[in-house]
Amino acid sequence: MKIKAQIAMVMNLDKCIGCHTCSVTCKSTWTNRPGAEYMWFNNVETKPGIGYPKRWEDQEHYKGGWKLRNGRLELKSGTKLSKIALGKIFYNPDMPEMKEYYEPWTYNYQDLITKEESEHSPVATAHSVISGEKMDLEWGPNWEDDLAGGHITGPQDPNIQQIEEEIKFNFEKTFMMYLPRLCEHCLNPSCVASCPSGAMYKRDEDGIVLVDQEACRGWRYCMTGCPYKKVYFNWKTNKAEKCTFCFPRVEAGLPTVCSETCTGRMRYLGVLLYDADRVLEAAATENEKDLYEAQLDLFLDPNDPEVIAQAERDGISNDWIEAAQNSPVYKLAVEYKLAFPLHPEYRTMPMVWYCPPLSPIMNYFEGKDSIKNPDAIFPAIEEMRIPLQYLANMLTAGDVEPVKGALQKMAMMRQYMRAISSGKDFDESRLERVGMSANETKMMYRLLAIAKYEDRFVIPTSHREQYTDPYRAQGSTGYGFGGDDCDGCGPVMAATTSNQTGKEIYEQNFYGGIWRD
Amino acid sequence: MLDQFLWVIFPYLCVVIFIVGHIWRYRIDQFGWTAKSSEFIEKKQLMVGSILFHFAVIPVFFGHIVGLFIPAHWMSAIGVNEHIYHLGAVYVGGFFGVVMFVGMFLLTFRRINNKSVRKLSSVSDMVVNFLLLFITFIGIYATLVTNNIVTDFDYRQSISVWVRGLVTFSPDASLMTDVPLTFQIHVLSAFLIFALWPATRLVHAWSLPFNYVGRSYIVYRRHKQ
Repeated sequence: MKIKAQIAMVMNLDKCIGCHTCSVTCKSTWTNRPGAEYMWFNNVETKPGIGYPKRWEDQEHYKGGWKLRNGRLELKSGTKLSKIALGKIFYNPDMPEMKEYYEPWTYNYQDLITKEESEHSPVATAHSVISGEKMDLEWGPNWEDDLAGGHITGPQDPNIQQIEEEIKFNFEKTFMMYLPRLCEHCLNPSCVASCPSGAMYKRDEDGIVLVDQEACRGWRYCMTGCPYKKVYFNWKTNKAEKCTFCFPRVEAGLPTVCSETCTGRMRYLGVLLYDADRVLEAAATENEKDLYEAQLDLFLDPNDPEVIAQAERDGISNDWIEAAQNSPVYKLAVEYKLAFPLHPEYRTMPMVWYCPPLSPIMNYFEGKDSIKNPDAIFPAIEEMRIPLQYLANMLTAGDVEPVKGALQKMAMMRQYMRAISSGKDFDESRLERVGMSANETKMMYRLLAIAKYEDRFVIPTSHREQYTDPYRAQGSTGYGFGGDDCDGCGPVMAATTSNQTGKEIYEQNFYGGIWRD
Repeated sequence: MLDQFLWVIFPYLCVVIFIVGHIWRYRIDQFGWTAKSSEFIEKKQLMVGSILFHFAVIPVFFGHIVGLFIPAHWMSAIGVNEHIYHLGAVYVGGFFGVVMFVGMFLLTFRRINNKSVRKLSSVSDMVVNFLLLFITFIGIYATLVTNNIVTDFDYRQSISVWVRGLVTFSPDASLMTDVPLTFQIHVLSAFLIFALWPATRLVHAWSLPFNYVGRSYIVYRRHKQ
């Protein structure tokens, strides 16, 4: 056993209102630069829908993630040798093009004030940021937000196509949910495995997956390798970029920007201890439906004295072990079994997990009697507007039972808390039917509904003192040090013009300035 | 004097720029060292052009190694006489040369014709594109046309001997003075691109990731304690 620690995230989709605050704050922190306009390290998709890039979940097309060949893990896009020997290095057949995300554009606002007087008032028209040409806008970020055009894109959702029964996109049967997405910082990252230059890596201390901008040679296999399509190609610097899990913040014990600014308070960050020696074995589990359990099995109980002893031997410090013991992620994923990995069938062992959303239940179950009838909740879950099979196709490789169990717990928790707050009687033995106790239900309620800042984010600081000399480092950086202006102070784009090369932007930018040593 | 410059000073100058330039760029510009692919912008046209060019440039490279650095009498000693060598050089070399030219032509056409790709092209990209197209064209012309017009010319007795002289630091400019013009231009423009190489996208040729094949899939990095 070799224990490693990972900073992981859980999102409670039951509380996501699709406001895109996470996406916007992320963008203004990380990707508001020329070459990165089209990148959304974090984006929120309306499901059902085809997403960003279009139909990213269709791995028969994009060839992301892993597959099993004779019981062994192999990249779905081909072996290491085939990438070089077969000339895929000269042309990557499986790589998405920019138009599959969207072509970034701007408007010629200048025309509004400089146009000659004429019969019609001037209009700012869209122009491509790449070519400068006028654009006819046919696709863009969030094009299908809140099911806009859902009657066209909805049926093309790969998760819908896997459901055998016909789902009609008529008004009466419409359903939707939000899916915020970012890099999964996987335990078995296929992007890292795809990088021929060895520029992508997983940090040993916290599991964050990063691209070394200096070592990246722009071969672009990572874009294909990632099944979530969360590694992007900067068309200005010609290098790969991705979600950094806001590592400068996480190192300081602060939550990522998307988590910090989430208005619904539905994101959780915490430490998980896992057995690094068994990751490959778990990812190679034969049956796709067993992958969720296999990954769950990797996570170690941070209160187990043997695990603690081994973690100490493996160099994990006490504050990290303590953080793991208080981890909201451990509670939601392992203890309550409310959270699930996104598409475990990609075999990357993703580390951003999701609590499935409850959705309106048919009237005859939600009536006055539903509290009195203890059994109503069980059939009710199967009559939710969002089909269970649809959720299961996203979260458990199609296995309905675990998702059903989580939703039953969440519904039961609601009923219990409603009974308490309205002074009604509640037969606590009903809680046992979903495997919970009264105390546990209250704890769960506190974590999910009250969601205090300090309960949502339990992030230990990094131990920089172990690899730098803080005494010597003091005073070596800061405002105006060395007569130079502070890198990254003030608005990033202030001094940037489009005439600069990618390298100049990179060097001038906050993004470049904080690159790790 | 001009001969001395063209066939001794200029080649050495280019080689020095090539070597020093690469060391310098590698040390100061890791961030700029990239394949600079535009596949993200346009994919269909790139596929044909890029595959044709890259697949042909490999045999063309090795063909030049054999023709320039292996003396004719060594080849004869292993049974490859003038006639067999000539067949190989003209037909096999000519074939890959033409494939490379077609690929390069398609890539250049795409770079000019596709607005987005053109907009993202730097001056150095354009220079590299046209220079490679030109070198390939003149190389094929010399092999397929000049060789048939000037039948008594054998580059293995002139250009090859001269190149080996450069390598062994005993350069002899007189070997190049009677070489047909097309061959001279091919040689000079080739040396020119060697000098430009470290300043352009061509540096990606040295980053072919051979060690990827033997590497473990997942890479972990940790701080040095």
